[in-house]
Amino acid sequence: MVPLSWYLLVAAALFCIGLYGVLARRNAIGILMGVELMLNAVNLNLVAFWRYVNPSDLSGLVFAIFVIAVAAAEAAVGLAIIISIYRNRDTVNVEEVDLMRG
Amino acid sequence: MGMQIAFFLFSLIAIVGAILVVTTKRLFHSALALVLSFVGVAGLYILLEAEFLAALQILIYVGAIAILILFAIMLTRHLMDPKARAFNEQWWVAALVAGFLFLVLMAMILRVPWPIKAAAVPENVIEGLGSSFVGEYLVPFEVASVLLMAALIGAIIIARER
Amino acid sequence: MMDLENFLPFLGEIVARWLKGFLPVWLVDVIMMVVVGLLIILLMVVVVMALTLLERKILGRLQDRLGPNRVGPYGLIQPIADVLKLLVKEDIIPEKADKLLHFLAPVIIVVPAFMVWAVIPFGKKLVAADLNIAVLYVIALGSVTSIAILMAGWGSGNKYALLGGFRAVAQLFSYEVPMALAILSVVMAAGSMSLQKIVEAQSPLPFVLLQPVAFLIYFICGVAETNRSPFDLPEAESEIIAGYHIEYSGVKWAMFFLAEYINTFAISAMVVTLFLGGWKGPVLPSYIWFFIKVAIMVYVFFWFRATFPRLRIDQLLNFSWKFLVPLAMANLLVTGLVVKLDLGYWGKASAYWAGNILAGGLALYLLGRFTPKKALA
Repeated sequence: MVPLSWYLLVAAALFCIGLYGVLARRNAIGILMGVELMLNAVNLNLVAFWRYVNPSDLSGLVFAIFVIAVAAAEAAVGLAIIISIYRNRDTVNVEEVDLMRG
Repeated sequence: MGMQIAFFLFSLIAIVGAILVVTTKRLFHSALALVLSFVGVAGLYILLEAEFLAALQILIYVGAIAILILFAIMLTRHLMDPKARAFNEQWWVAALVAGFLFLVLMAMILRVPWPIKAAAVPENVIEGLGSSFVGEYLVPFEVASVLLMAALIGAIIIARER
Repeated sequence: MMDLENFLPFLGEIVARWLKGFLPVWLVDVIMMVVVGLLIILLMVVVVMALTLLERKILGRLQDRLGPNRVGPYGLIQPIADVLKLLVKEDIIPEKADKLLHFLAPVIIVVPAFMVWAVIPFGKKLVAADLNIAVLYVIALGSVTSIAILMAGWGSGNKYALLGGFRAVAQLFSYEVPMALAILSVVMAAGSMSLQKIVEAQSPLPFVLLQPVAFLIYFICGVAETNRSPFDLPEAESEIIAGYHIEYSGVKWAMFFLAEYINTFAISAMVVTLFLGGWKGPVLPSYIWFFIKVAIMVYVFFWFRATFPRLRIDQLLNFSWKFLVPLAMANLLVTGLVVKLDLGYWGKASAYWAGNILAGGLALYLLGRFTPKKALA
């Protein structure tokens, strides 16, 4: 069987790649995709721990399902905000959205 | 042996997909790479014997979130100038930070003695999930549904054309 | 009849035992899986060829013409001629297309269409994989199709293709919700997500009698999911000149066509499995019953196409979100209540009936009462 640490390494790699995407992308949609990758990495961790540490306790899976629900809500609202910004400011570039700057 | 091969295959799909997501210049392609990565993770869930979660992953991440993202990209398409810079000036700092974080995590993962228990997955995982949603986790479940409802209404109101 | 029932599983077992004589066990398993997959693919290709001919024949009859009758006796060889034509047609890639996406879209669209068949029970013992989450698997695969459609629409570099892609995905999305809710009420009534168990739960009465509202919702959504008339806006020839697959020709176009017909057949099979008692039936072997019922459903699909005119996009979306979704929710509520009641089988059956008639009747009354007159014009 595959050791637990391999799954954790894959999840860590996904998380760091997602983090890079969030930090380096200029486009708001690109940033959102990075966030989705990070959430996926978290889910992978939860499921791997559930399987290897205590499969009879389902809280790992339950949490993963909650994360999926939250990710869905986040994507819907985030994309709605992006579309709204695009309509008002004609850009989806986060560097140009500086309405709050004094 | 078959298990290991499958693991390498799926994690390769997930990680290559993820790398393409953050490096591809054309956003539409990177959204499709995101789909690839989601599929790889779904495969890993199957290896972890969480078939229910794999199906949910395909249904929600691939079938809903990825499509929402593709839709948003298509709606904002005239800004998608392929010649424009896709990354900001600090991209190398971001790469350093991400790489450093990965090294730290790797060191941690390889050193900690994880409390592994070699137990089989119970037969009735799905029934168990169902009853824990209306039993032990009833309040979080209701909160999640309120959250989804709020997100639904909020998204419609924010994105509505006035 | 017992022999006919067990013939195919028995054959598989003999072949497996023979192979195990000189091959390792895991290799035999892999070989058997590949063989079953290939058989399903072969079956589907034959079925699609038959369906194209049947559709044109039946539509012809319904419209008072003959349909194809030139190639072979009664036009029986027409599908082969069509396949040959599609195979030798020039493959055109538009100048402005995104080459990679344009190539990948037709490949990706057939994958979920074939994969659905892995869980559909053809007969009492004929199911490739009896998953305990089969229903969820089918819904999940249905949503993957949208990705391929968006790829085709975007990758073609054509504004009509893009519009068609938008329309198709908006439609698939909107109808997936009531569809899933309708399936959910069946799952609740059967108490399982395994299709084999759902079939077994339908005795003595099939779910079409216990859940008529869910059946109608599922059928309507099924028509919409397969982009068939009257919900064929994504490929409306007279509005957006064939939609997302406009820039495809030859084999690649054939892939879209194949996927569409396989999906039609799959939706019919799902209707049969979920509502019409699946492979259950007297005297004849189970798989014969399955195909008879599916053939009847496919005929109803063709009949639908010949009867109803195409909807407008706003009517289509409103119908789903303002009528089907609330109705499906009401039905789910009724089902949930009845499942919890302690009534015995026939008491529950009549409670389902009463609840369904009530919910459906109320919904239809409200629809008639609050539809603005200009929406009907």
